[in-house]
Amino acid sequence: MAALVLAEHNNAALNEATAKAVTAATLISPPVHVLVAGADCAKAAEQAAKLTGVETVLVADDARYASLLPEPTAELILSLSQSYDAIVAPATANGKNILPRVAAKLDVPQISEIIAVQSPDVFRRPIYAGNAIETIEAKGFKKVVTVRVSAFAATPAGGNASIKAIAPAADPQVSRFVSENLTRSERPELTGAKIVISGGRGLQSKENFALIERIADRLGAAVGASRAAVDAGFVPNDRQVGQTGKVVAPELYIAVGISGAIQHLAGMKDSKVIVAINKDEGAAIFSVADYGLVADLFEALPEFEKALGQ
Amino acid sequence: MKVLVPVKRVIDFNVAVRVKADRSGVDLANVKMAINPFDEIAVEEAVRLKEQGAATEIVAVSIGPSGAQETLRTALAMGADRGILVKHDGPLEPLAVAKILRAIALEEQPRLVILGKQAIDNDCNQVGQMLAALLGWPQGTFAAKVELLDGETAVTREVDGGLQTVALKLPAIVTTDLRLNQPRYASLPNIMKARKKPIAEKTVADYGVDPRPKLKVLEVREPEKRRAGARVASAAELVERLRERGVI
Repeated sequence: MAALVLAEHNNAALNEATAKAVTAATLISPPVHVLVAGADCAKAAEQAAKLTGVETVLVADDARYASLLPEPTAELILSLSQSYDAIVAPATANGKNILPRVAAKLDVPQISEIIAVQSPDVFRRPIYAGNAIETIEAKGFKKVVTVRVSAFAATPAGGNASIKAIAPAADPQVSRFVSENLTRSERPELTGAKIVISGGRGLQSKENFALIERIADRLGAAVGASRAAVDAGFVPNDRQVGQTGKVVAPELYIAVGISGAIQHLAGMKDSKVIVAINKDEGAAIFSVADYGLVADLFEALPEFEKALGQ
Repeated sequence: MKVLVPVKRVIDFNVAVRVKADRSGVDLANVKMAINPFDEIAVEEAVRLKEQGAATEIVAVSIGPSGAQETLRTALAMGADRGILVKHDGPLEPLAVAKILRAIALEEQPRLVILGKQAIDNDCNQVGQMLAALLGWPQGTFAAKVELLDGETAVTREVDGGLQTVALKLPAIVTTDLRLNQPRYASLPNIMKARKKPIAEKTVADYGVDPRPKLKVLEVREPEKRRAGARVASAAELVERLRERGVI
């Protein structure tokens, strides 16, 4: 049988997290079908149909799925679940919110945030904030899996899947969307960016984050932050990199004024190249950095920006 | 209005985790244990609801070894009224925990269950959502703000792009994120008072739940260590090295 991947999208476009979850799903139980649930989501569905290896895209286009509330969305997935051996979602806020509901209704365990598929029944996932990695076997029941997207490459475009409209499932009508307040940014998204530059408590204020943002714009990088910087109100919560925030693994991660608490390291230590700029020579961040610069960030950042321009 | 708050006993978040030499798991012997930080936020939120007059009784539940009694005492010292200890030694998967909590919720009939969004040991992030599904209740996960309205709760959630607010019919499930509140320290008089608050002792069998795990842990190992690289003398040298490396 096949795997069903719950697509992450904003109706107008497919999020790259979907292509990464498709990569994992292909290793678990091919062929892969993608479920695009949304409102006016035809564009996202077309993009999903182009992913290599996707056989069918199921589209549930209905107002009740506009904000992917977990109660109706879980019902929709359950209505389709019989035809699948595996139900997979990227471990985004939506995936984490919806999939455990599906697993509970199917009376099966969920395997959260896998970082590797060792065999179709054996998975690796981090526990204790990434301080240990467990290998688990799931045999004899339907697999419900969320995928840590930073650990998988995106499935490339190049396919031509059929697109099939499906009817909406029952809406339990116990919840409704009220409002959302999304951070608007021209910069790349944190979890998909090739370069991430993050600031910590060392930045000292919201205004000083401009030093980081200028470099981000020059490099085409996303801006991240430590929990300390978020808690201090320097940047919005969706910028937090760490165990309890976003987990990133870009080509280049630049940590500025970040001490390197375990919590933060768990969210970025799989980056290819890590740079640390910190005035405290003993900061833990240096123990994982490929390049360390011991300096006052208020001097180092303008110099860094200047050198980039040369 | 009754509020149910499940709390888990986990390794204290300040303790460095050690993997056992035989790779069977993480070493829990003689390690400092504490209430799961997200659950502590859940207790605090329930206590605030009671202080505002919105909640009338807070029941804390912990499922685990006899040491979980201490975790319940922490919740009671913060302001919970009574505890339920469901004794169980050995691993318990989130689905089994959710089934036990479902049975307790049906018995206790709370209007709100507030839990941590995840436990910092297995990092599963499942129990709240599973409990909501088993009860057929709505869920407000990763909560940054909880407001009680007439027959509803408005939950502002931390989502990938920012914040989202949903309205849920009561009874409902809320799971806490970091910025929901700053938990209080229990005062000494409250710690003393907590010793006299009742804790009912139960077993998993009392709720008719099969505790056997369905997933098999094959091994637990340490992550690959990253080694520290080189120090650079200046920002200019840093740029030069990154260009050599081809990452900028």
